[in-house]
Amino acid sequence: MKIAVCIKQVPTREWQPRLNADKTWIREQDVSYEMNEPDAYALEESLRLREKHGGEVVVCSAGPTRVQQVIREALARGADRAIHVEDAALGAADAYAAAAALAPAMAEEQFDLILTGLQSDDQGHAQFGPVLATRLNVPHSTIIMEVLVDGQSLRVKRELEGGWFQHIAMPLPALLTIQSGINQLRYATLKGIMAAKKKEIKKVATPGAVASRQKVLALYAPTKSKQTTMIGGSPAEAAKELVKRLREEARVL
Amino acid sequence: MILVVAEQHDGKLNRASLEAIAGAQELLTAAGASAGPITVVVAGNGASRVAGDLAAADVGGVLTADADGLSDYTPDAWVQAIRQVIDQTSPQYVIFPHTYQTRDYAPALAATIDRALITDVIGVKQVGGAAAFSRPMFQGKLTADVAPVGDAPFLITFQIGAFRADAMKRGASAAAVSQANVTIDAAAIRQKPEAPFQEAKQAVDLSQAERIVAVGRGIKTQENIPIAEKLAKAFGAELAASRPICDNGWLPMERQIGSSGQTVAPKLYVALGISGAIQHLVGMKGARIIVAINKDAEAPIFEVADYGIQGDIFEIAPALVAELEKS
Ligand SMILES: Cc1cc2nc3c(=O)[nH]c(=O)nc-3n(C[C@H](O)[C@H](O)[C@H](O)COP(=O)(O)OP(=O)(O)OC[C@H]3O[C@@H](n4cnc5c(N)ncnc54)[C@H](O)[C@@H]3O)c2cc1C
Ligand SMILES: Nc1ncnc2c1ncn2[C@@H]1O[C@H](COP(=O)(O)O)[C@@H](O)[C@H]1O
Repeated sequence: MKIAVCIKQVPTREWQPRLNADKTWIREQDVSYEMNEPDAYALEESLRLREKHGGEVVVCSAGPTRVQQVIREALARGADRAIHVEDAALGAADAYAAAAALAPAMAEEQFDLILTGLQSDDQGHAQFGPVLATRLNVPHSTIIMEVLVDGQSLRVKRELEGGWFQHIAMPLPALLTIQSGINQLRYATLKGIMAAKKKEIKKVATPGAVASRQKVLALYAPTKSKQTTMIGGSPAEAAKELVKRLREEARVL
Repeated sequence: MILVVAEQHDGKLNRASLEAIAGAQELLTAAGASAGPITVVVAGNGASRVAGDLAAADVGGVLTADADGLSDYTPDAWVQAIRQVIDQTSPQYVIFPHTYQTRDYAPALAATIDRALITDVIGVKQVGGAAAFSRPMFQGKLTADVAPVGDAPFLITFQIGAFRADAMKRGASAAAVSQANVTIDAAAIRQKPEAPFQEAKQAVDLSQAERIVAVGRGIKTQENIPIAEKLAKAFGAELAASRPICDNGWLPMERQIGSSGQTVAPKLYVALGISGAIQHLVGMKGARIIVAINKDAEAPIFEVADYGIQGDIFEIAPALVAELEKS
């Protein structure tokens, strides 16, 4: 089975946002990056499927040169090779533009199964998967918590709201967006890291200009919906003050 | 006009549909009356059973879209159905509640008709004479005002809870209900859905708990979970968690709070090392008093907290236990 896994590089969880001069994007020079979390689960799932059914796992990523960091990491965890659609303008591209950038190179490969994360931790569109599926004319399903392949057919467990699930069957080729927690992640071994150095990363230029479907007019810190009473002091002082307020002011103890 | 796509399952309206109508009414204010009127469409076999509820809203009309192929939800069928309604009504905006179902097919619909889709919108404003949409980015650390690019219709999904169903304006009399003319090519539906199910019987019903201490990834390792457990005990509270804690198997799934877990409204909710992602907040923002303990003063959880302590779990939690045990 030929499996593609789409991986996005995003700012780390610890990153504290700082804005560029015109306050329409982040100051990229301050950012350290990591693999988008659900994409790590999608990668793990693709490796497990390869272990069961044979074939290869191809990492597909669109972005500036810096995204090679996560591509290398995915190769070190066990992916076979990678396609990198490289363009500086892809750093801030939305899901529509990223899917448009990757679609031609991915169409050529004729993958049996494409896995993506369900949502990016930076822009959070939750769009890329279904948009790519539409462009490649393959069926899709989203927020997937289990993948079973049987010959040319696929049966998946889709998460619904509030602890409900649903099984869905569909033919291959297909695209699935993977939810965090579908499996337990493995991490790169030293052997994997060494082996990754020899794996192929095919660089592809973007097919035409990168055109996002939405324009960021302004970026700012969120507005508070509540007046928060911040309690300071040493841990013991803060604890004392909080318990006092919960008893006497809020009356919830 | 503005088209609102409501959601129903087996003839039961998803309440987020009413929030979407309330949001559309606000959009009408921001975009100007010429963007109106609002038409609500609801698709699927149960559509006619919820049309009455929708017609109570202050909207221009309600359309039901029902046909062979729309008995069970599939993304392929819904793309076909809503696309036909868009073709027939030529809206300026198409509004959806940001439910799992919308996430499943709205991006495919937008790609099919090659139009902009802006997701997870929490507010509508007017910027330079046109409507702009506010949405969280970077895990809620920032908010962005964005404008759609390209031709109308613009597709917009509203975040659950961003607009209030009870703020929806109701009409003086019921809006007209009519049937949209849709036909579904059943052969083009590739997904075969089965009946929804729940994994296991919920042994813990957190919705009844008076106090909850919820632990997030700030706890770092499974070995540290007893620190949260002790705090819960000292508060006389149930222990709950954010999703990553349950994903890792550190606490059972049934203790997960949020959109894919339980929704709770206790008197007291203590969030310990939880960042406050929207999918977590929707499960607990109904709590009467929210306490956030987080080492990052900018964490989004503080936006909904009544009391906050910026500090380290490993110092604050034991100090709280000691204080609570004093009396
Ligand atoms: C479709 C969908 C459904 C989802 N459903 C749910 C759901 O039901 N429930 C849910 O919770 N999530 C859900 N999520 C995931 C959600 O988006 C977040 O990823 C998740 O809630 C983050 O969990 P967290 O706050 O524990 O972790 P993080 O976001 O990693 O936050 C950890 C926090 O701990 C703080 N911290 C770290 N160390 C310390 C310390 N020593 N002392 C104090 N503070 C510290 C950090 O500052 C940070 O704010 C869902 C996501 C999607 C896309
Ligand atoms: N630039 C990109 N390169 C590779 N994959 C991407 C890119 N952008 C988004 N994706 C994939 O699409 C998923 C959803 O992203 P989004 O639609 O931005 O929320 C991510 O989890 C990735 O798997």
